[in-house]
Amino acid sequence: MSVENNSSLLKTPLYSLHEDLGGKMVPFAGYLMPVQYPLGVMGEHNHTREKAGLFDVSHMGQVVIKGHGADKWLETLVPGNIIDLKTNRIRYTMFTDENGGILDDLMITKRENDIFMVVNAACKEQDIAHMRANLPAHLDLIELSDRALVALQGPMAAEVISRFAAGADQMDFMSYAEVSICGADCFISRCGYTGEDGHEISIPADKAIEVCNALLAEPEVEAIGLGARDSLRLEAGLCLYGHDITTDTTPIEGSLDWSIGPRRRAEGGFPGADKILGQLNNGDASKLRVGILPSGRAPAREGTEILDANDNVIGIVTSGGFGPTFGGPVAMGYVNSNYAKTGTDIFLAVRKKKLEAKVADMPFVPQRYYRKPK
Amino acid sequence: MTIYYSEDHEWIEVEGKTGTVGITDYAQNALGDIVFVELPEVGEDFAKGDEVAVVESVKAASEIYCPVGGEITAVNEELEDNAALVNTSPDGDGWFFKIEIADESELESLMDAAGYKEFIAGLE
Repeated sequence: MSVENNSSLLKTPLYSLHEDLGGKMVPFAGYLMPVQYPLGVMGEHNHTREKAGLFDVSHMGQVVIKGHGADKWLETLVPGNIIDLKTNRIRYTMFTDENGGILDDLMITKRENDIFMVVNAACKEQDIAHMRANLPAHLDLIELSDRALVALQGPMAAEVISRFAAGADQMDFMSYAEVSICGADCFISRCGYTGEDGHEISIPADKAIEVCNALLAEPEVEAIGLGARDSLRLEAGLCLYGHDITTDTTPIEGSLDWSIGPRRRAEGGFPGADKILGQLNNGDASKLRVGILPSGRAPAREGTEILDANDNVIGIVTSGGFGPTFGGPVAMGYVNSNYAKTGTDIFLAVRKKKLEAKVADMPFVPQRYYRKPK
Repeated sequence: MTIYYSEDHEWIEVEGKTGTVGITDYAQNALGDIVFVELPEVGEDFAKGDEVAVVESVKAASEIYCPVGGEITAVNEELEDNAALVNTSPDGDGWFFKIEIADESELESLMDAAGYKEFIAGLE
């Protein structure tokens, strides 16, 4: 990693805080991001599962669409039900292409007067170009490049944030609110990427360090790097765009059927709908994303070939590693659909060895999202 | 008994014709929490510089290279259940394997403790 390379990398509004905290900075999606802090990946992972972890995800894109009918227009680009989304509710969906492939996955929030969305860092420029190319004249697209984004995740996260924003712990999973934290106008969303309860917090860039320092001063909170973010989301069975879902995988192949509601299934009207709904209705996707549990202790990394008993290649691992909370290796990947049933015996070509594994249900660690009592 | 160090951050403790090999404290610190070690098999032959073992941290897999050529005579089976020994005791209980050194002159290209200390100081 050379100094010249780093000079072209972007920094988030929290960069100096990462340095102060001893973060090990690495290039990620065009940004210099902390992969870990002195606590280490394992310690950070466990801390998040036990207490509360603070993640800088400011590299992700925050975009607002303004104008009448923005929800209806968005449905021409995503298979999620956006029209019927209630105000201050969040939906997970994806931009699809004409072949049914996934261009990016994203979170869409319907706010009182507009739509707020969070897209992946590596895709944000292409997502914005894609939206602009399709944007009707009466709608405006605004990139909120003057805001940081952090996630506070873990079983104690909601309690911590409610000390700054009273009532935040009463928000339902996948709901949104606008609050003041340390005098800063923040958008808080009860969602995340760890399988734990918690919020994502959008903060004006010039107040981001102050807000983060206030959160980090709470005894339950530690700063968490990208390394633990990856092991946490893998245990939670959540997809990493560019790895577990790409333009070569449809939402059905990616086992994301649940993200397409009944009305969109009936009406279609999104890019690649023929292919995607065909796979859904006929159950004929040739490959499916599944969880994989290696029988031994050796992790199977991304790119590991999946074999049948006769050494035929039947799939590939798209994310794999060691799950600190699970206490062993975990992976996800694509297999030919006739091998996708939970419990199916498969084999992993790890280096020169053929390791036994089974197709397994995800998540590997139970999700602990907050569901508001009815 | 003498300990030598390689530029790939392995150590080899030599007693007669037998060397005991592990990775240095500097290496375990750089790798982070180690969750799995793939060891060679007893009886396998390796040349100096061959990939002889693999260390997996939560983040990634890293190859370990044989500091001298020879035949594997023992492996540390404790690591199968407790790979974290490499983190907690890199130069003790976290050893990887023992090797019957084929050509002792290969030790000459390795560093002594003072040389290795200087080498890692130059990396920071």
